Amino acid sequence: MKLTKTLLATSALTVASGMAFADAHMANEMTIVSWGGAYSNSQQKAYNEPYAEKTGVKIINDESSADAVAKLRAMSEAGNVSWDVVDVTAADSFRLCDEGLAMEINFDEMLAKGDDGSSATDDFGGTLINDCFIPQIVFSTTFGYRTDMVGDTPPTSVCSIFDTEAYPGKRALEKRPIGNMEWALLCDGVEKEAIYDLLETPEGQQQALDKLATIKDDVIWWNAGADTPQLLADGEVVIGSTYNGRLFSVIEEQDQPVAMMWDGQMFDIDGWIIPAGLTDERKARALDYIMFATDTQRLADQAKYISYGPARASSAPLVGKHADLGIDMAQHMPTDPANATNVFNFNYEFWADYRDDIDAKFQAWLVQ
Amino acid sequence: MSDVNDATTAKTAPTPDDGLKIADGPVLAADGTPLKKSLSRALRVQKLRALALVAPLLIFVLVTFIAPIADMLFRSVENEIVSETLPRTTDLLADWDAESGTPPGAPVFKALFKDIFEAQEAKLHTRLGSRLNYELTGVSSLFRKSGRKVEDMAEVYQDQFEKLDRFWKKGENWNTLMGSDAWNADMAGWDPKSDDKQPKFELRDGIDVFLPATSESFANYAKFTQVEDEDNLAKKDPWALVYSSLYDDLQRAEPVTFAGLKVAGAAELSEAASAVADFETVNFAEAFTKIDKDWQDVEVWRTIQAYSPRYTNGYFLNAIDMQKGADGPEMRPENQQIYLTLFWRTMVMSIVITVSCILLGYPVAWLLANLPARTANLLMILVLLPFWTSLLVRTSAWKVMLQHQGVVNETLVWLGIVATDDRLALINNQTGTIIAMTHILLPFMILPLYSVMATVPQTYLRAAKSLGATNWTAFWRVYFPQSVPGIGAGSILVFILSIGYYITPEIVGGTSGTFISNRIAYHISSSLNWGLGAALGAILLAAVLLLYYAYDKIVGIDNVKLGG
Repeated sequence: MKLTKTLLATSALTVASGMAFADAHMANEMTIVSWGGAYSNSQQKAYNEPYAEKTGVKIINDESSADAVAKLRAMSEAGNVSWDVVDVTAADSFRLCDEGLAMEINFDEMLAKGDDGSSATDDFGGTLINDCFIPQIVFSTTFGYRTDMVGDTPPTSVCSIFDTEAYPGKRALEKRPIGNMEWALLCDGVEKEAIYDLLETPEGQQQALDKLATIKDDVIWWNAGADTPQLLADGEVVIGSTYNGRLFSVIEEQDQPVAMMWDGQMFDIDGWIIPAGLTDERKARALDYIMFATDTQRLADQAKYISYGPARASSAPLVGKHADLGIDMAQHMPTDPANATNVFNFNYEFWADYRDDIDAKFQAWLVQ
Repeated sequence: MSDVNDATTAKTAPTPDDGLKIADGPVLAADGTPLKKSLSRALRVQKLRALALVAPLLIFVLVTFIAPIADMLFRSVENEIVSETLPRTTDLLADWDAESGTPPGAPVFKALFKDIFEAQEAKLHTRLGSRLNYELTGVSSLFRKSGRKVEDMAEVYQDQFEKLDRFWKKGENWNTLMGSDAWNADMAGWDPKSDDKQPKFELRDGIDVFLPATSESFANYAKFTQVEDEDNLAKKDPWALVYSSLYDDLQRAEPVTFAGLKVAGAAELSEAASAVADFETVNFAEAFTKIDKDWQDVEVWRTIQAYSPRYTNGYFLNAIDMQKGADGPEMRPENQQIYLTLFWRTMVMSIVITVSCILLGYPVAWLLANLPARTANLLMILVLLPFWTSLLVRTSAWKVMLQHQGVVNETLVWLGIVATDDRLALINNQTGTIIAMTHILLPFMILPLYSVMATVPQTYLRAAKSLGATNWTAFWRVYFPQSVPGIGAGSILVFILSIGYYITPEIVGGTSGTFISNRIAYHISSSLNWGLGAALGAILLAAVLLLYYAYDKIVGIDNVKLGG
């Protein structure tokens, strides 16, 4: 009897609280998914804390971005999406958008104008790559080398990774074709503009793999962004690719004998998506958060904590000094003119199509 | 429980009751029912109670373990997405001959137009694109592009109808024309702001005789708007597709008369019917080719055709390095073959790991079983200690130990055993995986070995020796055979665990030391090709079951013991 009463009381409460939610325009709790580590930390400081202060909303952090695609699909199949905004790479956003797992965004309506008055579409410019992806930062995959292991001639060109005579020792490269194939062709004498056209053909793919084969025995293949900094710090590799923010922290924060090589850096974008199929209140909350977190000032604020460039053009002039180290951050941005003399613009559309096919070949090549 | 049953039903030996039974027929219980019946009822209650006791666990395992696994494995053959997204195209494509070397004719392109139009409204075309992209590279962007442009094709007709008569511009005119009178009345009476549900669209009686294609398209549009988008149909204008269907209906070979149609709009229909002859038309084959020349590529069509059936063996073929060729299954090109190598490597390395576990674990287990209890307990704690440490920590520790500038190499260099520029490659290869996994799985070998050895009396060894056996003979002929069940149990545990291992090979395996599970993980979490992941998993499961069966036949599973 008592149990029935308790049950009744609980369900009455649930109904009541449910109604309270329905009355409020937006949900007062939200789950934000990101990568963890220093990156999440920068978001926490630049976006989440100010937002929570402004709105009183309760923010739950989830560090699942690495598995976001698979988890979102599983949630959507189970009909219970528990995330409100998700930080993903541009390449993942393509899959999520294609699979109908991410909500389509009307950029000019749902995002804030630039503080110079430009429309969101103009302000984000080329970083808007599909209908679902809300860009946040521009990062790059680039190289760091041991200053004490390269002698008097530090490498200045991306092709140094293929020069085992001048720079003997192991190299660290990512264990996936993206990036490596482009660098291989570039260093095999292919014009930068012709690389993706060539990579569409089986011959071009083979040419890239053949070039990589010249250093296959000298490569340690990494899976996680933290691997290369560790390998460099341990002196296991002489040169290696990783995300520029990771190298920044090895060089500036940990003071290791490592230096940056910006040549041939591969521009990439990271940003938000909102999962498809949220209830109206949660969607309203998610959009409100996105509107706040991607405005000009907030994007510039994030650069105080991590060396990734803001995706908005209007944020660039506002980038200041590092919050703890007090160094001027602008020169550590991949987008800084001095660093961006020779860059690759990652071709998302190409990799969305060819990723599976080339990856199969790449992995088969690795196994051989 | 079956023993009890046998005892009550099978009557072989004479019992004292026999005399009674002969005299009075069946034995009766106190309440007058036959004893047999009453007993079995009592037993049934007991059985039910026993079942009720295990039911929570049984249901738990079924719901949380068996069902999801079965559902996941089912994906390895499921392929409904193609025929569901392109129903008309796949129907027509069944008759197309891929050998002809020419792409299919105009009717197929028209069907494709309708299918893609509806699919892009529901945002399903990109999904299908990524599904087919697993089979043929480039299909993904082909569908993405086509979905974006397909609306333009239909708008050619929409514009002409709207230019002909403003009547066609308005959604409400369409609703009166296509919807039944009863539904129109319901809609008029429905208040969108109220909690009432929107009246479900009903097609006008007999309209499908006059306008079959339009009726179908409009019904689909109405259903989609009301159900999927949950929009108010009265406030919407029909899809451009409806106009192209209307054009099809109106320019049919035999002229249609709309005299019998008593509805607002009949006049406009007649007007349009006479005008469509002069309409600008769309050649769908050309239009699609203009979007992307790949639509003229026979390979694209062959892939759609090959993957039309609701179930496919394509994933399994893929999982064993084969593909659906023009004439049946064939091997993939050499530079894409990977899975058979990985399966083979997984098996071989798991066996190596199992054997190293036996070699390292056997002496330890022997010590544990034969030392005084105090020392043995201390040793036991050392064996169990790794269990209290996170798997990732242990694996990462091996990284520090084994790398080029790592502890092992530094020590060897310091001792002068290896030269400093000739350090051992102990990590990022098979050696690394074998070392780290042997360490991690060792307790799973030692524990069953120990529990079996603890039951072997030490007196046997002494007896053998006192009868003249050498140390070796006593061990090999007397002790070892009794410890075999422990080796069996440990080997099965270690082998099955290592075959599915994934974190450790990923971290220390480099390229030559990774397992098939690493590819499964890639397909589940990164490429989203769950069908292929499921097929690989199913094969792995089958391989384990097969090995288990073989083990049972050769060694006998009764000879496996986890303890006394």
